[in-house]
Amino acid sequence: MSAREEILGRVRTALRDVPAVETPADVAVDRPGPRPTTRDDAADVVELFAERVADYKATVVRCTPEDLPTHLASALDGVPRLLVPADLPEDLRPADAILDEQLTTAELDTVDGVLTTAALGIADTGTIVLDHGPGQGRRAATLVPDRHVCVVRADQVVADVASAVARLDPARPLTWISGPSATSDIELDRVEGVHGPRTLIVLLVG
Amino acid sequence: MSATFLGTPAFPTAARTALADTQLRRNLAHATGTIRAKRAAVVGEVDEWERLRLAGAALKDRTLRHLDTYLAQLEESLTRAGATVHWARDAAEANRIVVDVARRHGTDEVVKVKSMATQEIGLNEALEAAGIHAWETDLAELIVQLGDDLPSHILVPAIHRNRSEVREIFLREMGRYGKAAPRDLTDTPAELAAAARAHLREKFLRAKVAVSGANFAVAETGTLAVVESEGNGRMCLTLPEVLVSVVGIEKLVPTWADLDVFLQLLPRSSTGERMNPYTSMWTGVTPGDGPQEVHVVLLDNGRTDVLADEVGRQALRCIRCSACLNVCPVYERTGGHSYGSVYPGPIGAILTPMLRGVGHDTQLDSLPYASSLCGACFEVCPVRIDIPEVLVHLRTKVVDAHRGEPKVQNLAMKAASWAFADARRTAAAERISGAVGKVLRGTKRRAPGGRGVLGALPGPAAAWSDARDVPVPAQESFRAWWARTDGGRTEQQNGNGGAK
Repeated sequence: MSAREEILGRVRTALRDVPAVETPADVAVDRPGPRPTTRDDAADVVELFAERVADYKATVVRCTPEDLPTHLASALDGVPRLLVPADLPEDLRPADAILDEQLTTAELDTVDGVLTTAALGIADTGTIVLDHGPGQGRRAATLVPDRHVCVVRADQVVADVASAVARLDPARPLTWISGPSATSDIELDRVEGVHGPRTLIVLLVG
Repeated sequence: MSATFLGTPAFPTAARTALADTQLRRNLAHATGTIRAKRAAVVGEVDEWERLRLAGAALKDRTLRHLDTYLAQLEESLTRAGATVHWARDAAEANRIVVDVARRHGTDEVVKVKSMATQEIGLNEALEAAGIHAWETDLAELIVQLGDDLPSHILVPAIHRNRSEVREIFLREMGRYGKAAPRDLTDTPAELAAAARAHLREKFLRAKVAVSGANFAVAETGTLAVVESEGNGRMCLTLPEVLVSVVGIEKLVPTWADLDVFLQLLPRSSTGERMNPYTSMWTGVTPGDGPQEVHVVLLDNGRTDVLADEVGRQALRCIRCSACLNVCPVYERTGGHSYGSVYPGPIGAILTPMLRGVGHDTQLDSLPYASSLCGACFEVCPVRIDIPEVLVHLRTKVVDAHRGEPKVQNLAMKAASWAFADARRTAAAERISGAVGKVLRGTKRRAPGGRGVLGALPGPAAAWSDARDVPVPAQESFRAWWARTDGGRTEQQNGNGGAK
């Protein structure tokens, strides 16, 4: 018998007490649903997002579309070699940026920072989510460089985790980022900055 | 680097050693106290926490009660997404599958994301035996591996080490396996983390094959999720060409939408954060992004035995948050090593004996007793595993498994059963007991309330009296007193100690 058949057989034997007529839906699940954002509380949700992202030691800069270029320039200060996804919108892309056209891992390790957009933000948890679609680059691009500058539009911010899951497409690779990389492995003393980008700057536009 | 839990003595003996280690107790008290406070603060922020816990428990029950259906569905979703699915009945089979994948790619090293399942099956040792180095990349796992040590906590396996111990290990060992630690390394956690970053980066950039576990596997979509903090997970899940994930069959959740409940429960219960720094989710192979060859090993290794136990089944809801360790008064004092298992603490005390079976190993049989049954573990468990209920259930199983063995307790019970089965025998036993009481009535030791107590009993009974006072037997039995005084009606009112 194959391992597959044997394991499935053991599972069925183990579950002899479950009535044959029972379906998964018969096991009732009552869960809190997504908290939709209304016109009235949209500003509060964005404010909470900014607070919570900053809580985890990321730098949050709120700005209007008009003054974005100025803030972008200062976020990228001290990044001599900047990587951008090849499909990053032109108006965000600094002139001397390096386009990620499938750089090797070793080449990625020689850039100093990366600039991307995001799929959405979650206010409750201070999380930005990348689905690695247009403007967000492949997964390695936002991982190997030491600084990640991420542009999030205020209308991309949802209130809670349930709303985020409802909007995301699981067929895409997803990276949820809540602050810069961190560890609490030594005496549970939190240290920001281990393997991922040690600096995370979120430019929150609008 | 091949420390093992094999040969750990039974819990009471191991605990005694741990309790005598004052450094260990200081490290543990500090760490568990810190994380308890963090968890309480972020759980307090969630208005509907109890409803979330109920939903988490119900979703896991739904999965477990229909696990065959969901396993088949997961296999189909994964295959459709370009992953290769393997099934492993036990540790040896799982290890063989991973070793074969590594060999096929001609590599002599793999990078690893922290994973309880791969520790449970001893994958690192199996890889080493096949000539393949397994580099642990989680900071705490690295500390444990470099120190030739054993993990002592599910979330922070090096919780028993303090910063100066970590510094010494890094200075002494890093150079033997790759980039050495800087000679002027201090013991500040930031510097120690930077040393780990430098040491591991060359391994991340070089590795062809990575091995991970998974926190969740979505049956509906074939999506796997890994939650982590440091970015070592992202490195392993993204940079190598080949990824092998060893996933226990209890890790399934039915649908994509169900993940939201667990992504809220896990980080707050585990690290005491609203959300952990990084969560990676992937569904098979994504062209041009990440590993282009993806394997998933579905692991049984005793889980179907746990599933077959209708009381113990709930332990398979566990999402490995470790909140129960941090609140446990026994864990806080004895640490993880005393449990002799990769799963320590309250959850380990039920999961380990069920995965490996009770009745055949003294160490395993001692684990259900490693608890005061205070219930704190049940209160914090994000998926409401009633650990005390399962502990008591397992104690019954342990006792049942040893019924009829010639132990002092069994002999005493047999004798009592014989004596109490017949009124004349009982009366004779009472007379003997009364005579003993008369002889010993002058004993000096007194229990609270004034009754005389004996010191240590002789012979094998000493084990019982070690921690208990043995009362001096009454000089007269209740039945004898009743017969003599006509139920107290004829007793002298000035009698000594009689009924009123």
